Amino acid sequence: MEAMKAIEMKGISKAFGGIQANENVDLTVFNGEVHALLGENGAGKSTLMNMLSGIYRPDGGTVAIYGREVAFSSPGDSIAMGIGMIHQHFKLVDVMTARENIALGNNKGFFTRAKELSKEIRAISDRYGLDVDPDKKVYNMSVGEKQTLEIIKVLYRGAKILILDEPTAVLTPQEIKRLFRIIRNMRDQGCAVVIITHKLNEVMEISDRITVLRRGQTIGTVNTKDVEVGNLIEMMVGKKVDLAIKKTKMPEPKPELLQVDNLSVRNSENKLALEEVSFSLYGGEILGVAGVAGSGQKEICETIAGLLRAEKGRIFFEGENILGKTPRDIIRLGIRMGFIPEDRLGMGLVGSMDIVHNLILKDYQNQPGILLKRGPCEAKAKAIVERLDIQTPGIHHPVKKLSGGNIQKVLLGREIDSNPKVLITAYPVRGLDIGASYKIYDLLNEQKAKGVGVLFIGEDLDVLMELCDRIMVFCAGRTTGIVNPEEVTKEEIGLLMTGGKEAQI
Amino acid sequence: MNLIQIRKRDELSLAKERIIRIAAVLLSLVAAGLVIMILGYSPFEVFPSMVKGALGTEIRLQQTILKAIPLVITSLGILVAFKMKFWNIGGEGQILMGALGASYVALNVEGLPKPLMLLLMGIAAMIAGGLWAFIPAFFKARLGVNETIFTLMLNYIAIKYVTYLQYGPWKSPESQGFPKVATFEDYAVLPSLFGIHAGWLIALILVALVYFFINHTKTGFEICVVGESTETARYAGMNISTVVIISMLLSGGLCGLTGMIQASAVEKTLSASLSAGYGFTAIITAWLAKLNAVAALFVCIAFAVLLQGGMYIQISMQIPAAVADMMQGIILFFVLGSEFFLQYKVSLSGKLRKTKEVA
Amino acid sequence: MEGFLAAAVVASTPLLFATLGEIITEKAGHLNLGVEGLMLMGAVMGFAAGYETGSPWIGLLGALVAGGMGALIFAFLTVSLRANQVVTGLTLTIFGTGFSSFIGKNYVGMPVPVSIKEAFASRGVPLLGDIPFFGPVFFQQDLFIYGSYAAVILGTLYLFKTRKGLNLRAVGESSAAADASGVNVTLYKYVHICAGGALCGLGGAYMSLAMMAVWQENVVAGRGWIAVALVIFASWNPVKALVGSLLFGGLSILGFRLQSMGIHVSQYWVDMLPYAATIIIIILSSRKNKKENQPPANLGNAYFREER
Repeated sequence: MEAMKAIEMKGISKAFGGIQANENVDLTVFNGEVHALLGENGAGKSTLMNMLSGIYRPDGGTVAIYGREVAFSSPGDSIAMGIGMIHQHFKLVDVMTARENIALGNNKGFFTRAKELSKEIRAISDRYGLDVDPDKKVYNMSVGEKQTLEIIKVLYRGAKILILDEPTAVLTPQEIKRLFRIIRNMRDQGCAVVIITHKLNEVMEISDRITVLRRGQTIGTVNTKDVEVGNLIEMMVGKKVDLAIKKTKMPEPKPELLQVDNLSVRNSENKLALEEVSFSLYGGEILGVAGVAGSGQKEICETIAGLLRAEKGRIFFEGENILGKTPRDIIRLGIRMGFIPEDRLGMGLVGSMDIVHNLILKDYQNQPGILLKRGPCEAKAKAIVERLDIQTPGIHHPVKKLSGGNIQKVLLGREIDSNPKVLITAYPVRGLDIGASYKIYDLLNEQKAKGVGVLFIGEDLDVLMELCDRIMVFCAGRTTGIVNPEEVTKEEIGLLMTGGKEAQI
Repeated sequence: MNLIQIRKRDELSLAKERIIRIAAVLLSLVAAGLVIMILGYSPFEVFPSMVKGALGTEIRLQQTILKAIPLVITSLGILVAFKMKFWNIGGEGQILMGALGASYVALNVEGLPKPLMLLLMGIAAMIAGGLWAFIPAFFKARLGVNETIFTLMLNYIAIKYVTYLQYGPWKSPESQGFPKVATFEDYAVLPSLFGIHAGWLIALILVALVYFFINHTKTGFEICVVGESTETARYAGMNISTVVIISMLLSGGLCGLTGMIQASAVEKTLSASLSAGYGFTAIITAWLAKLNAVAALFVCIAFAVLLQGGMYIQISMQIPAAVADMMQGIILFFVLGSEFFLQYKVSLSGKLRKTKEVA
Repeated sequence: MEGFLAAAVVASTPLLFATLGEIITEKAGHLNLGVEGLMLMGAVMGFAAGYETGSPWIGLLGALVAGGMGALIFAFLTVSLRANQVVTGLTLTIFGTGFSSFIGKNYVGMPVPVSIKEAFASRGVPLLGDIPFFGPVFFQQDLFIYGSYAAVILGTLYLFKTRKGLNLRAVGESSAAADASGVNVTLYKYVHICAGGALCGLGGAYMSLAMMAVWQENVVAGRGWIAVALVIFASWNPVKALVGSLLFGGLSILGFRLQSMGIHVSQYWVDMLPYAATIIIIILSSRKNKKENQPPANLGNAYFREER
């Protein structure tokens, strides 16, 4: 008996302004299968699925759910058809409890009935092997718990088609295993599951069939058991690419550039975000930082950069204690440190200004006098654009209009330009496509070869293991280990991320 | 609603942008004209009459310019604050406190030559206005207190305080019936230049200075960055509190200077009614000018025409002052709404789709 | 003392309505600084409708419609056209002031018709009105005031106990989350901004129809602005709004009370009291850091689904 087509999308097109995000895309998903939508960042996968979730409307093409042609004008329509989407950036209300988030948008009845709701939630949780505390507030939840909440939410609304957008990006290896168990469970119960991802090994592990998108177009649909990773890469990128990241070995001895000693930092809610953290960063190495989101990565970067005040501890830059110095002091003292923050437009750059002014951002404090001189930075801007091959209509174009990869290049270009001795980058390749990502890795390796000490905060363990010389693992504000990637497995790092046994080189 | 598709625009050519903005102003005039018709007057009489009333004779032109001057300077003050996303609604209060500072000097300091006197009055005004703006700025910088309400409340307090002085300790013994403060002696009055008090020159100079400050100094740059993103400002090593405070001292100082000019040249005394709503109107003109100093000059002149024309038709056509308020509101509603069309493109979707069975 | 408190309740009522209205608007995520304008529009239309028809209910209806329509302009501009909320609200105040001044021209100094005066005369509530001390203060007031109590109760129930209230709170906290859950964000915003405006209009009408019972220029006299501050003081909670309004109502009549007791205080210092108190309150409120007492996270931001 032929399995029922849960989703059938034909000839879907969608453009944003001048950019064609999806062009004539076809996708068919059957009941009882796990279908991977594979492509690099920017290929159009999320856009396509957001048309199923009712957030976007297609410019052209047809969508049929269980054989019926549909035109969603809002997420409500999509939910009514049994589609549940779990977004990459969770759509949850922080100050509300799990139960309230699940009840949201569901207009059965006038009053919120807490007890009944809790019973129904329990039933679903048991059936699918999930676990959530209905009274817990979302802002107290871990990333894994939030994802579980999102899943229960869509199941509560009766979803039989599940779409997960990059679900493993923020999970530890153990949580990924758990998630895959849940997905298999759902598939076995007859649901259709679509998983959007760019991670090849996961695709091979969990999916039954794979559709590959590249630059907004469907390249092809294959059965997972019929292909190998190499075929998939070729489909994703368009050519055979060696996805291995170079790791150059630097000669010893390496100078100790940065020494963090017993650092403790409190966050805005007066909780310890960093607790007695100690480590050293040497010139000519890339030190990776792994950890579940919110384990203290943001805080360690910002404290070193002088943006956060520490409760105790010391930070030595080439032997000098810089703890307590503000970014202003650091610039004025000529301490050569570069910091590329996670929030590119919200912290690292002024989006509405052009490249020239964003360069002035770092530069102007060392200019004498009260006047703003733009000349030197204009020249610098031209040089950086050329050197890093930044795609922009001009150096006077507002940076927020550039693509993610180019924005990152602007940031990196600015920080590298000041010839830093220490370079801190937080999630530098998040959201970038493969080409741009590898350029960034190359640039970082170049810096390493120059003797710069690079602190690399990343979320993709595979990348960290390939790129970094050492990996420091954070868990709940403490360092649980500093390991040599050539001597540990991903699972061991995963254990350290969740507070397992300690390991030191 | 299904037929209308809204999409964010990518790029907008300068020509198209100008067209949309002009269309907005024209549409707003049409709407205002409609309102005038509903109220029983003919827009074809009202509008020309307003223009005549503002620009028709030399005296009326002078009146228009006299209205433009305080508007320009106050708008400059407001835009400096707004550029930093500090919603300074306290223009009225800062004007009054500036007038108070200047008046104190005018009434209590004697024996100085006129230029020095005026300078001292100006400085006193800027300090007083600056301090009045500094208070909410301080609390915003330290405690994150909402500046919109704080500055607003300070308006009322300033008005009440000046009224208290006017009716009480500073009341001039000569005032009969209606209490007023003593009139300034001649040495405290701003001289005329080409028939209008020198305020116009001050206003023009300030436009150039403020433009230069915002676009060519480091502090101006810092203000723009802080306004866009405090996180980025911190990251770049800027001392945000200092930036906030400097810009608010400047903002209040400019408004205070308006107060001095109004007190010295127009009223020649201190009066609780001297701010006359300029503090609020300046918010609108500053916003319309997109926080650009030079554009603010032109917008304020246009608004002054509107204000003067509005006053003229009160007398000539018996149209109540409230109508001018409503017209101001309508024009601004339209311009605010037009911003949308600059950022988004609206199109009608081609097909109406219905769910139907597929074999 | 009882008399003073009873008078404080009366003085607090316009503030209470306006604060409740603004709480609802802000829960939807929009900051409407046009409260003063809406109160004035409600005051003038309520008065005009009541005066022309002699019916108190038509008067109230007029106020509700005026406030709702004024808020509709704000809603259209800030929800559909995504205009800057601060400037739009201020413009609404300017427009509303002009509007009320214009319409009210014909009614300046005129007292309210007798039929309305009677409708809003004090009526004691049986049983409740007899409780010593609290009875005369709270339960021997006019119908309008009882309406305000009902509004507080209904408002609290609605916001915290119903599904629609939950959806509303989500819209204000995270429009994206509400949208993804199938809540019609645009509809919720429109409905609640207009409802909030209608309540503000009602607050203004209380002044013209009951409290002063006469039309005068600027009858609202800045209360709209105090209401905006009270919303912060009340941490966006209707019950706390009641407390805050009472406090301010009391403050606003304190001057008269002191003078009538023979304590001579300058009129101007007394006038300044409510405004100075507002400042003190917002300074103190900013120190409360508990997450639940924060403004709705999405306050002041427009929502666009296709935002990339």
